[in-house]
Amino acid sequence: MAEVLVLVDHIDGSVRKPTFELLTLANRIGEPSAVFLGAGYSEDARKTLADHGAEKVYVVDSADVTDYLVAPSAEALAAVVAQSSPAAVLLVSSQDGKEIAARLAVKTNSGLITDATDVEASDKGPVATASAFAASWKVSSVATSGTPIITVKPNSADVTEVAGAGTEVRVDVSFSDLAKSAKVSDVRPRAASGRPDLGEASIVVSGGRGLGGAENFAVVEALADALGGAVGASRAAVDAGWYPHPFQVGQTGKTVSPQVYIAVGISGAIQHRAGMQTSKNIIAINKDNEAPIFELADLGIVGDLFKVVPQLTEEIIKRKS
Amino acid sequence: MRVLVLVKYTPDLVSDRAFAADGTVDRAAVDGNLSELDEYAVEQALQIAEKGSDVEVTYLTMGPAEATGALRKALSMGGDKGIHVLDDSLHGSDYLSTSLVLAEAIKKAGFDLVITGMASTDGNGGVISAMLAERLGVSQVTLAGEILSVDDSSVTIRRDGDLASMTITGALPAVVSVTDQTGEARYPSFRGIMAAKNKPVETWSLADLGVDAELVGLAGAGTSVESADRRPPRTAGEIVTDDGDGGIKAADFLVSNKLV
Repeated sequence: MAEVLVLVDHIDGSVRKPTFELLTLANRIGEPSAVFLGAGYSEDARKTLADHGAEKVYVVDSADVTDYLVAPSAEALAAVVAQSSPAAVLLVSSQDGKEIAARLAVKTNSGLITDATDVEASDKGPVATASAFAASWKVSSVATSGTPIITVKPNSADVTEVAGAGTEVRVDVSFSDLAKSAKVSDVRPRAASGRPDLGEASIVVSGGRGLGGAENFAVVEALADALGGAVGASRAAVDAGWYPHPFQVGQTGKTVSPQVYIAVGISGAIQHRAGMQTSKNIIAINKDNEAPIFELADLGIVGDLFKVVPQLTEEIIKRKS
Repeated sequence: MRVLVLVKYTPDLVSDRAFAADGTVDRAAVDGNLSELDEYAVEQALQIAEKGSDVEVTYLTMGPAEATGALRKALSMGGDKGIHVLDDSLHGSDYLSTSLVLAEAIKKAGFDLVITGMASTDGNGGVISAMLAERLGVSQVTLAGEILSVDDSSVTIRRDGDLASMTITGALPAVVSVTDQTGEARYPSFRGIMAAKNKPVETWSLADLGVDAELVGLAGAGTSVESADRRPPRTAGEIVTDDGDGGIKAADFLVSNKLV
């Protein structure tokens, strides 16, 4: 069976959950191999990749991958593709993942499919399913040239643990001058909120214009914390400066698909719906009974969010204890 | 300095967007406009032109005849001229062939800086800028939340990543993409709209670019759409008016559906 390469998404060697989802999907369409680029590789990383099905773990241990933007990663991944002739390459649909995929597609003259939410085997090769037009359409595509390169959104598969050999394969790559043309400096990690990652959380509580001010996001945060969920914000709230941009849910922010999405004081403009309408369960709390968000809601509560949300928070804490 | 801004004519976001039978975006069925996310690229280019001397701003689009609408909108905001890559064989081009054609047009036009939006509002891929940097063999300085500085030799941006914010510096020539965090785009003035009518727009065919028609369009695409279906609309759930127990009802919903 042909190899399927999965680019490992990690922070300083600590492998992130979407990587395991990709290994699970890779297992459906071939034999999964992980590709670890950058500093921080360790036996722990190898083992956790093997525990999720990686037969091989390719390692390109080079600081150039983090010192320069995207291009060295694409060169390194292309080197692994050249040596392994995989049936497909899967990457996480993150900012970096998509741009690495983009450059790899050009280098290998391969069909590129972005933002897949599912990948299945077929007699035409892997079929990737993605949403389009604010998630109102579902599109299935296959790659017809080169090596199928597919970026997959987080939360697209349930992780299965399946033992792989996890054989380490070191790959030496000498990077071109071009790959080192965009220098990264002054890296400031985002302050940890202690909450789950927005893209990966199973519960998301988002606030919008109805909150009326930055200080009132405390109401949303309290509910998210009671539920163990992530906090999101509508574009209106972000544009008003009430909550930072990395938490924006919508067309120009994150697309989330959690088990539960709670929209607090969000009217549900198309820009926002594009980012959340594939959530499994949607609860909307808004004082305007004509807000379009109610068209999507499994449960809609028309009322004052400053009464309803704290009551819900209190009730959750009470029932959990 | 030659600044080339890529603009795309995309279906109106609030219209009922759809796919045609051949799996391509149905552009005939709905009105279009300059992609909202490209307006940020136009704005940044115009700010660079205002701050620098001898900066020429050219807009480049690829698309059917009506795509001139994107050029005219951008020209009404400011800038010098437009280029429209128009050819029937482009219909159905994917990322691979679109980036190929755009790269050839960019080379023919000449550039120091290419500026794009973060993604189009229809395809939403956000990959074309990286593909262009690869094809053109120039610096990729993408997803700028802010352009910190530009001079004749380099460009520096702040990139707000998922996990960290960082500074990226690249030598010119470069491909820069900008996010919606770079600042609201200006509205075209009446004078701007009138002036745009007299600004030059060139139309280039594939033959002008020396690109083989077999490499583009549905025939040349590296991907093929197997099916495109409308998702069934979400069925509206229960809507209740808060009578003092709205929070408890929400908790009941979460508990009875085993969601907490």
